[in-house]
Amino acid sequence: MAEKKKINLHRVSMPKQAPDARKRNFNEVALGYTFEQAVEEANRCLQLPKPGCIKGCPVDIDIPGFIRAISEGNMPEAVRILKDKNSLPGICGRVCPQETQCEMTCLLAKKGAPIAIGRLERYVADWEQAHPEVTAHQKERIQFNDKRVAVIGSGPAGLTCAADLAKLGYRVTIFEALHVTGGVLTYGIPEFRLPKQIVQREVSYVMSLGVEIKLDHIIGKIATVDEVLQNGYDAVFLAPGAGAPMFLNIPGENLSGVYSANEFLTRTNLMKAYLFPQYDTPIKVGKRVAVFGGGNVAMDASRCALRLGAKEVYIVYRRSEVEMPARAEERENAKEEGVIFKLLTNPKRFIGDEQGRVKAVELYEMELGEPDESGRRRPIPKPGTEFIMDIDIAIPALGTRPNPIIPSTTEGLELTRWGTIKTDEATGRTSKEKVWCGGDMATGAATVISAMGAAKRAAVNIDAYLKG
Amino acid sequence: MYQIVAREDLSPGIHLFKIKAPEVARKAHPGQFVIVRGDEKGERIPLTIADWDEEEGSVTIVFMEVGTTTKKLACLKAGDYLINFVGPLGRPTEIDKFGTVICVAGGFAIATIVPIARAMRQAGNKVISIMGFRTKDLVFWEERLGSVSDELIVTTDDGSYKRKGLVTEPLKELLQSIKIGRVIAIGPTIMMKFCSLTSKPFGVKTIVSLNPIMVDGTGMCGCCRVSVGNQTKFACVDGPDFDGHEVDWDLLMNRQRTYLSEEKQSLEIWEKSMSSSRR
Repeated sequence: MAEKKKINLHRVSMPKQAPDARKRNFNEVALGYTFEQAVEEANRCLQLPKPGCIKGCPVDIDIPGFIRAISEGNMPEAVRILKDKNSLPGICGRVCPQETQCEMTCLLAKKGAPIAIGRLERYVADWEQAHPEVTAHQKERIQFNDKRVAVIGSGPAGLTCAADLAKLGYRVTIFEALHVTGGVLTYGIPEFRLPKQIVQREVSYVMSLGVEIKLDHIIGKIATVDEVLQNGYDAVFLAPGAGAPMFLNIPGENLSGVYSANEFLTRTNLMKAYLFPQYDTPIKVGKRVAVFGGGNVAMDASRCALRLGAKEVYIVYRRSEVEMPARAEERENAKEEGVIFKLLTNPKRFIGDEQGRVKAVELYEMELGEPDESGRRRPIPKPGTEFIMDIDIAIPALGTRPNPIIPSTTEGLELTRWGTIKTDEATGRTSKEKVWCGGDMATGAATVISAMGAAKRAAVNIDAYLKG
Repeated sequence: MYQIVAREDLSPGIHLFKIKAPEVARKAHPGQFVIVRGDEKGERIPLTIADWDEEEGSVTIVFMEVGTTTKKLACLKAGDYLINFVGPLGRPTEIDKFGTVICVAGGFAIATIVPIARAMRQAGNKVISIMGFRTKDLVFWEERLGSVSDELIVTTDDGSYKRKGLVTEPLKELLQSIKIGRVIAIGPTIMMKFCSLTSKPFGVKTIVSLNPIMVDGTGMCGCCRVSVGNQTKFACVDGPDFDGHEVDWDLLMNRQRTYLSEEKQSLEIWEKSMSSSRR
């Protein structure tokens, strides 16, 4: 055994763009470690014989292994270990909630300074990008078999399942509804948090494994799931994402200037409305923007609004900050950039002008009562606290319901009472023969990495099934 | 990439593209639409399917030049490509035996109503079509709509061709004089609104094809939400056909006007770049 390491609690911090500069540009906020910083952070790892971190990783990465390779300066080996389990490390290193996963189960988390696993993962992925010649020879030689698998959706679940099956020798076709691959990684998560060039490079890696991608293919419309199976595919993995945005169901919600977070983010990220008029898709921002909700999507929408030129951006949330589902890091980033949190506040109605455009929102205050079924303290309205706030744009960011296109066009697919596809968690199997499911369509809105974990389990089960 | 295999100019500012899209052609039904993007920086816009040919593997769309996107599309020739062509989207028009069906269409929507009239007739209905235009120069497909209708009425706002007036006038006369099973009205929002108002007192169900602004067209963004019977619906997945008597028309028109200033700005820039490139 190696000599016992001294515990070092100085987590190497992430270099970032300064808040004042970054709130007006769409460039990536976190700049990434240098080689020296990465080695310094990697050296803090205790390399325990029974590491806690792997237990916290939904895709079972050999975390101490790739960290050891970094501290030894053996970057090609770090890349190999990481990619053995994760085809999308540049994405995961940026958007995984490590603080509730691998970093939470790191022994040093107890001392308040877990190894910065996400930052190291990102470093390795970006290093590979900068040194393509070093890993080119590592490309696996795949012996293809004669079985074909169709994957519906090119988001995190679809890409992961496709890559794992391709590595096992299956011929995989991904059907993507939009004109660009990546799903939520492309239309949802903004450029400043996850550059689209990173998404495209990881998609290219998946394609380099022999995966074919068909854009503009909405399964359920251009072909049903059964037609896909009849067209020569031996199995189908459904990963179409969560789909339909939820609204507040209050008066005035259809006024012009009220955007779902999905629409606001899609216009900005997918259609590049922040480059209007060079790009043709417009977006309205105005001076005062109110975003409703407390999740990561609300943070993304509010930070996009700032970058699009809004003067004042509010997050209106009915509970307190402790109950917010958004990651601490994203809340901090938003606050640093000047997003104003209006907590314990809820909207009652939107008020329009004579042209039918939103001009104000009526809000009221809340207080917290006893914990509800989610374990969080239930927000209760405080009577007589109504007040009016002028706004130019409103963005409800309340999560999504399952998109009905696949469920409504596929026979024999059992649904849950939430409209998601009934899926066995361990195997990804649905009630329909030859059909698997993973990601938000199986679980309701969740994280990128949990979708990827589900996709990996489904890939294992599809392989077992097709091998008979 | 999707090739334009044929182009036809139907009337000033109204163009037809036949697009090679065999998979879409196989699944298309009357009343459905496609999402089209012309180039890398372009918008995604919905266009109703005007026709399709499964054997040839083609889908026909008809569009009117209104803003930057459609003016850019109008610059494309046969042999050029659209960068994206997604469909068939939305629910098909309900085709059934209703007795006598009136198909009303205004302007470029004539192209959309043809497959619906044809399907209605094939289902055993008597089809009376009314087509309306602003003026004589804009008239197209009179024969084509006539060939799938039992009767055809043509109106022009200025009286320069056939009957002078709006489509709502013959619509009202027909509703007054014979028993009508269903009205289908497709065209500019204002025309659909007034057709619905005209038929409402007669209690004849009137189906309209709504055309709100869309982005993805798959139910993901909610941009196309409309209010029908006081319920919010997404036109892209719940429609585009709705009961015209239940539609909140003012809301639809307000939402359609959301980007007027941006559309104007974009068009000015594009026109400037076109005139400087011509020089």
